[in-house]
Amino acid sequence: MLISLFVACYNDTLFPETGKAVVTVLERLGHTVEFREAQTCCGQMHYNTGYRPEAIAVMKHFVETFRDAETICVPSSSCVSMMREHYPKMAKDAGLELEIEALLPRIYEFSELLVDKLGITDVGASYPHTVTMHTSCHSLRSLHIGDRPERLLNSVQGLNLVQLPAADQCCGFGGTFAIKNAEVSTAMLQEKINAITSTGASICTAGDNSCLMHIGGGLSRQDTGVKCIHLAEILAAREPLTNQEVAVQ
Amino acid sequence: MSIRVGEAAEAPDFRQAAHALLANKQVRANVRRATETIRNKRANVVGEMPDWEQLRDSGRAIKRRVMRNLDNYLEQFEAACTMAGGQVHWARDADEGNRIVTQIIQSHGQKEIIKVKTMTSDETQLNPHLEANGITPWETDLADLIIQLGHDKPSHIVVPALHKNKAEIRALFMEKMGLSDLGTRPEDLTAAARTYLRERFLRVKVGYSGANFAVAETGSVCVVESEGNGRMCVTLPEVMITMVGIEKIVPSFDDLEVFLQLLPRSATGERMNPYNSIWTGVTPGDGPKEFHVILLDNGRTKVLADEESRETLHCIRCAACLNICPVYRQTGGHAYGSIYSGPIGAILTPQLQSMEHSQSLPYASSLCGACYDVCPVKINIPEILIHLRSRIVENGDRGAAERIGMRMAAYTMSDSGRFSGAQKLVKIGAKPLESLGLPGWSASRDLPAIPKESFRDWWKKNKQ
Repeated sequence: MLISLFVACYNDTLFPETGKAVVTVLERLGHTVEFREAQTCCGQMHYNTGYRPEAIAVMKHFVETFRDAETICVPSSSCVSMMREHYPKMAKDAGLELEIEALLPRIYEFSELLVDKLGITDVGASYPHTVTMHTSCHSLRSLHIGDRPERLLNSVQGLNLVQLPAADQCCGFGGTFAIKNAEVSTAMLQEKINAITSTGASICTAGDNSCLMHIGGGLSRQDTGVKCIHLAEILAAREPLTNQEVAVQ
Repeated sequence: MSIRVGEAAEAPDFRQAAHALLANKQVRANVRRATETIRNKRANVVGEMPDWEQLRDSGRAIKRRVMRNLDNYLEQFEAACTMAGGQVHWARDADEGNRIVTQIIQSHGQKEIIKVKTMTSDETQLNPHLEANGITPWETDLADLIIQLGHDKPSHIVVPALHKNKAEIRALFMEKMGLSDLGTRPEDLTAAARTYLRERFLRVKVGYSGANFAVAETGSVCVVESEGNGRMCVTLPEVMITMVGIEKIVPSFDDLEVFLQLLPRSATGERMNPYNSIWTGVTPGDGPKEFHVILLDNGRTKVLADEESRETLHCIRCAACLNICPVYRQTGGHAYGSIYSGPIGAILTPQLQSMEHSQSLPYASSLCGACYDVCPVKINIPEILIHLRSRIVENGDRGAAERIGMRMAAYTMSDSGRFSGAQKLVKIGAKPLESLGLPGWSASRDLPAIPKESFRDWWKKNKQ
């Protein structure tokens, strides 16, 4: 299958390893990945901050770029949520209703693409670490991502998945909220950090690098030793297992 | 017009208020404990309802109908209430509402009133107005009494004294009620309040309440509560005054069936409120001899006029959104500078004031969406927060720096060549950015290292 990657602007700039990991996983599964270089951003920051006309300009560019793409993979729940929840309304203002209606069903968040479209949970990864999963608010309440990420993680060799307490609680990122209301954002983050460190996991993963940048920034500042890494990078990993770990499998 | 939401117009912005509250460990601990208790109770009693989602849809549908036909329903209410022996008054704003209340009390030569279940009177600042006119208001709801005795402000829509714990309330009662000793159990505290209030219930001739619902079809008014103080307040006095926001109308008596299921389960985690008082006009020989209803606008018709956010008026004041909100959980209600706090306050307070004040409130949210999930009438609070942000931007109230920054970012993001160029600038700026930090961000969070190569550069090199 030819899969078009919309990598998301912040992944492109700050977290290129996530994009590379998506390519690795999809190619390992025998698919062809294309990257349309005209792509930029989904417009979420503008829209959520109240800059609707600016967001519409960015949306138009997205539609222009991906109009004829058959299957679009996005390793970011919050971008997909932006498209599904807000593009239809913005489309009215832009006169793009038909284009958006036709495009939306072809857009998949990364774990949706694997589990729903490609029908696979074991992508042949091995990652011998104790991992906890942060469910971002957009994946939980907007995409209703359910247990797709957990099913993918449970199929990774050597990986020990531990439940995060109060997993439905927001981490406090919230885009520009993290800066406009930095102190409240930090107080929310502290609860998330306490939850993560209570699990004993050495890795915290998620389908959104936006939350992970915030959580990881706090985990690093407090020198907890816990690292944040996008789900795609775990699924791309093929770390060697010790004999003991193989035996546990 | 003097549209007013308490002292919200003068309140410090959310970030400033939150700064002080975040340092108050006692308040934060009280808020966490109380909201967790209520939200767990709510989850249990909502979970046992197989038709909860249908009830929410019904509640929403009824409220939408009310908003489309509000003028008709209000006139229907006026006719029905008048027919039943009530007197209906219309108040355009806070001052007009307060004046009507004062005139009614003065026309009976009275100097004090007993009050219960009213947020609108906080909105109009009725108590200071009454006091300035030589009238003493006695709050009879236990939590409101705690607030009044402590010269405090409510911090929660349903549990206004939620920020206080048992020990703090005991100390307050001993001081203000002049008690030399008082037990420490909740029963001891409520017994003290009971003695204090009972005397006033029997003495005072004028009662005052808000309303949870006003029924257009019958002209009835409905108040739900847990203590029975409200029941006494609306039945014992000779004269009864109710001030109600015009959005509290429901079309028919049957509609109460839906809301009297949605409200208690969402608000206090109870299947039914212990006291549900519904009264219609006056009945000779039973209850107050005179009944006045004041229908208060105070900014509501302006909220109604904006179709994108009018569902704000659907709110039935259950506070489920406060109890679930991760922001409210950190700060408590005082940060919102208004009787209406939490997510609903963040959209209601600025709109009532025509977006002229409280403009920091629509930004006091991470847009996590938990409020929308629990709302019994499905108000899409995150969507309205975003809409209000765009209204603030359109009004030019966000400052030139942000506006120019956002326009430049949109210009950059509408073209991959410009975007790619910007990525290179980020790389050049990375070193100074990492060493200086990003204001707001870097106080608590390290910045990620800026990668040497963007994804698109890697793709160009390796995949083309």
